[in-house]
Amino acid sequence: MDIVSLARFQFAMTTVYHFFFVPFSIGTAFAIAIMETIYVRTKNEVYKKMARYWGNIFLLSFAVGVVTGLIQEFQFGMNWSDYSRFMGDIFGAPLAFEALLAFFMESTFIGLWTFTWNKVKPGVHALFIWLTSIGSMISALWILTANSFMQNPVGYTIKDGRAEMTDFFALLKNPQLFFEYGHVIGAALMMGGVIVAGLTGFQLLRAKKQPVSDETKHIYKTSMRFGMWVSLIFAVLTIAVGHAQMQYLIKEQPMKFAATEAIYKNTKDPAGLALVGVADQKNHELKGSIEIPGMLSFMSYNKFSGSLTGMDEVNKDLTKKYGKYIAGEKMNYYPPVNTLFWSFRIMVGVGMWVALVSIVALFLTRKGKETLYEHKWMLWVVALTTFLPFIGNTVGWFVTEFGRYPWTVYGLFTIKQSVSPTVSVASLLTSNIVYFVLFTALAVVMIGLVIKELHKDPANIENPQLLEKFMDPFDKGAF
Amino acid sequence: MSAFQFLWFLLIGVLFAGFFFLDGFDYGVGMAAKTIASNEAEQDQIIHSIGPVWDANEVWLITAGGAMFASFPYWYATLFSGYYLILLAILCGLIIRGVSFEFRAKGNAKTKRVWTTLLAIASAWVPFFLGVMFISMIEGMPIDANGNMHATFFDYFNWFSVVGGVALTLLTYLHGLNYVALKTVGQVREVARNVAEALYYVLYVGLVVFALLLIFKTDFFSVHPLGTAITVVLIVVFAVLAHVAVFKGKEMLAFIASGLTMVSLVAMIFVGMFPRVMISSLSAKYSLLIQNASSTSYTLTVMTIATICLLPFVLAYTAWAYWLFRKRIEMPTVKPLEGY
Repeated sequence: MDIVSLARFQFAMTTVYHFFFVPFSIGTAFAIAIMETIYVRTKNEVYKKMARYWGNIFLLSFAVGVVTGLIQEFQFGMNWSDYSRFMGDIFGAPLAFEALLAFFMESTFIGLWTFTWNKVKPGVHALFIWLTSIGSMISALWILTANSFMQNPVGYTIKDGRAEMTDFFALLKNPQLFFEYGHVIGAALMMGGVIVAGLTGFQLLRAKKQPVSDETKHIYKTSMRFGMWVSLIFAVLTIAVGHAQMQYLIKEQPMKFAATEAIYKNTKDPAGLALVGVADQKNHELKGSIEIPGMLSFMSYNKFSGSLTGMDEVNKDLTKKYGKYIAGEKMNYYPPVNTLFWSFRIMVGVGMWVALVSIVALFLTRKGKETLYEHKWMLWVVALTTFLPFIGNTVGWFVTEFGRYPWTVYGLFTIKQSVSPTVSVASLLTSNIVYFVLFTALAVVMIGLVIKELHKDPANIENPQLLEKFMDPFDKGAF
Repeated sequence: MSAFQFLWFLLIGVLFAGFFFLDGFDYGVGMAAKTIASNEAEQDQIIHSIGPVWDANEVWLITAGGAMFASFPYWYATLFSGYYLILLAILCGLIIRGVSFEFRAKGNAKTKRVWTTLLAIASAWVPFFLGVMFISMIEGMPIDANGNMHATFFDYFNWFSVVGGVALTLLTYLHGLNYVALKTVGQVREVARNVAEALYYVLYVGLVVFALLLIFKTDFFSVHPLGTAITVVLIVVFAVLAHVAVFKGKEMLAFIASGLTMVSLVAMIFVGMFPRVMISSLSAKYSLLIQNASSTSYTLTVMTIATICLLPFVLAYTAWAYWLFRKRIEMPTVKPLEGY
């Protein structure tokens, strides 16, 4: 085992795990903010109870999300110190802004929100969750600004062996950021809807065995339709942005695009879209593919004509541009094709499935015709859909990150150049094992506690509050 | 060294000082939950006293790390890769501590006890390793010409760094006790005061040992004799002031003074290091300096403007959050409360 593989494995493991909780928190915070706003506007108690019920689930996700995020900030210095030296001038600024602008905001207002259910006016309380939600979305903006630079460097110059920022606003105007942010936030908000609706599905199944009060059932049903509306809206948005993003990739990262479609040789005109297949990386061909004729041209150029460049040609261009060797290492510009090809298909499949389930579920729960609640199998379909966005988000990042191979910063710095020169295999093995054990333990506890919270009656959720006594610590005698 | 470079060196110091002042008492409170509470209700009371604020306090550390990455990438890279296993230990502590508030509040009676214990252990663990890191850092570490650190076990753990770790843990514990006394009513308030009163004598012994080791193990007194002497005196003055305030029951004064003790400690570290950010024990010329470890003046300018625009808001809503929860916390009597 070499340090590069171990450091890469660790990055993949820790970011994937962290990113289970990031969209979970962003999505549920947003959903709760809407619920509380509806409550404030309509005084409908059902939405207040929903906000409290889902708020407890959100708090669990937020706690795990925060602590796993700590690893990310430390990791760049620990495992990727040469990357930090090369990129610090650019990468550090968004990270510092993220802390200053977003972390303080979300962590302060989540603290206020948790403990002020009975302390402040409903409107102010709703404002707290909105500030938490907005804080979490600002946080995503900054970290994706950094990631977008790594995908598509802009506003920089190379000097003294490092990348130096020359135009801060170029980083924010990076077209890559525009698509990436829209796609990631869309997917996160969609996930919030899916979680609310899907977990409600489990509760409705449970209610079939252990009858619940009418009020509770009403809260479940309102949650179901609420969640499905949210997931439908944001699934459509995410798919639309994703589509535009792919058209952008054809121009900016042709290798990534060609690999997600497993195109080795330049395609015919018009090009067909392969639905399934296995890339033979030795003979450079896609085996056992089933194609929709002309579809890839249509998806790429909005018309049924035009061919697409294959990896073999892109590889030639890249070799010409960057050379056969970088820093003494022989370069291979082909990314892991099968990973990209299948990740992309699973991601798209999840998005479409969620949109489809949302539409059907909304139709089957319309007024006076609530077929969905009568059939167990339908509820199972909805319930099990809860887990799909987790998979979809993960493979989505696989496409983005594996697709950048062999670079950490596209065209500027390779993965092998990035790793810490001082870190030993033993240290990396230790940290990998420690994180793995810790993550497993956290997941077990977290899932157990989420189930426990879900089983509580939403009609009767206890309010978190502090017993406060007025004895002002700012009293004169205290100084 | 440009003005911006100096400013950011100062700001990193301010962020760490803010972290120790604010999150410092969270660690102390975490330890106190296990050591001075006599039953579960008192544990809840103690932990509730930081419930709404601890998370934001920890952001000071995250911001310090992020600001270091942004303004001194070479410092960040050398420090974080060099202190690999120590930082791994700190991270584990922060992770366990970070989830323990939520997990203990939502668990059953048995798991709640486990998470309270884990909270207390992690709350002692993190400042100990932070102390070891900072103190071995000011002793000087084997840093080569490329800024890479090749340290062995005894570079990290030696008499000085271990004393530093213990002293920092003790300082956060005392700071936490002062906070508990300030923010609670009833039994725990009394106990916190009594324990703090006695523990300050232990701290005095620790500080004397620490000061002696500082003279022999670092070059602080030869590089910056005046600055080091002043900050060391400040550490002692604030410790004594806090102690006297504890005696007299002036809880706010005690709390502020114990916070300023740690602020003085951070000041001492940053004054002694100046103009270096990492001290090489191999050769003075390998030490990382403010002027060659920093980002470009363009990046520093952008960040300075952003900080000037944003920091006032952060400080304003942080102060407001403290104001909203300014009352003392009572012991829950009927049943344990939800929340953190």
